[in-house]
Amino acid sequence: MIEATNLTKVFRDRKGGDIRAVHGITFRCQPGQIYGLLGANGAGKTTALRLLATILQPTDGTARVAGFDIREQPEKVRASVGFLSTATALYGRLTPRETVEYFGRLNGLNGDKLRRRTEELFALLEINEFADRRCDKLSTGMKQKVSIARTLVHDPPVMIFDEPTLGLDVMAARTIVGFIRDCRSCGKTVIFSSHVMSEVQKLCDYIGIIHQGRLLAGGSLAELRQRTRQADLEEIFIQMVEAAP
Amino acid sequence: MNLTRVGIIYRKELIDALRDRRTIISTIVLPILMFPLLTLGFGFVAGKSLQKVEREGSTIMLLGETNAPALAKTMRETDGIRVVAPSEDYVVLISEKKLRAAVEFPPNFEQETRMTSDKPPQVKIYNFEGETRSQVAVRNVQKVFDDYRKQLVAARLAESGLTKDVLKPFATKQENVAAPEKVSGNVIGGLFPYLIIFLCFMGSLAPAIDLTAGEKERGTIETILASPVSRLDLVVGKFLIVFTASIVTAVVSLASFALTFSLPFVVAREFAQRNPVPFDISVKGVASVLLMMLPLAVMFAAVLMAIGLFSKTTKEAHSYASPLMLLVLMPAMAAMVPGFDLNAALAFIPVLNVSLVSKEVLTGNYPWLLILLVFASSWGYAAGALSLAVSAFKRESVLFRT
Repeated sequence: MIEATNLTKVFRDRKGGDIRAVHGITFRCQPGQIYGLLGANGAGKTTALRLLATILQPTDGTARVAGFDIREQPEKVRASVGFLSTATALYGRLTPRETVEYFGRLNGLNGDKLRRRTEELFALLEINEFADRRCDKLSTGMKQKVSIARTLVHDPPVMIFDEPTLGLDVMAARTIVGFIRDCRSCGKTVIFSSHVMSEVQKLCDYIGIIHQGRLLAGGSLAELRQRTRQADLEEIFIQMVEAAP
Repeated sequence: MNLTRVGIIYRKELIDALRDRRTIISTIVLPILMFPLLTLGFGFVAGKSLQKVEREGSTIMLLGETNAPALAKTMRETDGIRVVAPSEDYVVLISEKKLRAAVEFPPNFEQETRMTSDKPPQVKIYNFEGETRSQVAVRNVQKVFDDYRKQLVAARLAESGLTKDVLKPFATKQENVAAPEKVSGNVIGGLFPYLIIFLCFMGSLAPAIDLTAGEKERGTIETILASPVSRLDLVVGKFLIVFTASIVTAVVSLASFALTFSLPFVVAREFAQRNPVPFDISVKGVASVLLMMLPLAVMFAAVLMAIGLFSKTTKEAHSYASPLMLLVLMPAMAAMVPGFDLNAALAFIPVLNVSLVSKEVLTGNYPWLLILLVFASSWGYAAGALSLAVSAFKRESVLFRT
């Protein structure tokens, strides 16, 4: 479960002025659901997700992730979250096995338990073939699989994806999309950001439209359609953004 | 702080560093090769070129040779001197390095030297000042003149019925009373700490930047920040690796330094004979210097990490670190300035204090109060630098600087 309440992040620019990257966002995301954060580049999606993953600290407001407060218990939050984005690269000089085991250990796994979990993930994601090759020698698709194994090693109840398919080819993107669906069917709470309408439309149970740091609207696709009297998600998005103050 | 997690990070960073070619080169390969290459290579080249100069001999020209026939004959017969036919353009020839020197005898030189007079005759030696081979030629010529002068003096003394003793009414003798280790310490006391300070800095440079700016550049910083590890554990784990690299570099270079001069390489021996390097340094002195270096290594590692973290790319980090290197090397070099000694005020200047106290310790002096001051202030600076690195890791504006 993710519950964000009035989540706000203000950055200082070089001239000392304030930039409100995220402005009073409130939403809720249930286990077994995919929440899609839809917005243009620079709308505040990445900042919002970094706040939830406790990589950044909120200026105001807070959120509870898997029952833990992001301000009070950031380490417990991170232990309950799998975070994947195009910015979360792999250590090129480590092998997939070393990578997954490293993050497993940081999450408190060790010994037989860690070995079993690694084997399980490697079999599931078909990593065994290249498990002992250095990550910088792997193809983009292979790296994506290793990244997925890295986020799943501690079996977190909450998954956060920040534009996970950005810059990927069709095959690699399909792997990711399939994986996000699997997370939902396992009963995980999933939040996912994108600016690709078709992806959001295909995947998400719940959609939040974000623009200039504010959450303009939230609801299922059917609800958004009803509210705007538009069928296509792109039209819905444009209408909402244009109506924004 | 969670020590288990610090250990996990340390282990991972160690594997990572051991697979990084740049870190291996700067931490292990370069320090191993530096001393043998510098000393043996330099010794070899210097020895070879000196041999060449000696073999070739000095080409000189005699002007007014008829005024000194006996001297001219001696010069022709002297090894290392080659006399060429006189010509008008000797100045040009010397300037163009085709001739090393020209000797001009005044009229009736030899006759006049046999008589005493108020105004003794003067020989001119034309040369190229500052040019090595020209100076070698001047030295060779002067040697012939010295011998000739001695002969004349002996002859004059004999004529007057005096012995050589009249020229030496008394003698002086120098005697060293300092222990050999103190003598050695004074000679290399300034150089040794300078090298260690330099190597500690160089050893931590590559890993400190790779582990901070390098992570930003490769996009792995967000991956690790999203894991449950705390920022403090992360910075401590990384710091310990950089510190290890710094110490390994210093130890490896010391070993290489010692081996270079103790292995029976022919060239090394030849070099050591030519330039005797005193190695009578006490183990206690070296151990004390290494102990004094510890806070300095901590400070270097922490400051370089803070710089690396502040930078967006490794290139940017290196451009900040280069001026810092000068800032470190200048005080480190100061210990080599003769007569520049440690006092209470200087004990508070970072780097300079350690390099000056090392000089004292290597010469067998243990000014305990100053040592304590230096040690305490160095640890103070090290702690400050470390807290700077920790706070940099906690600041979003540094981690996500755009």
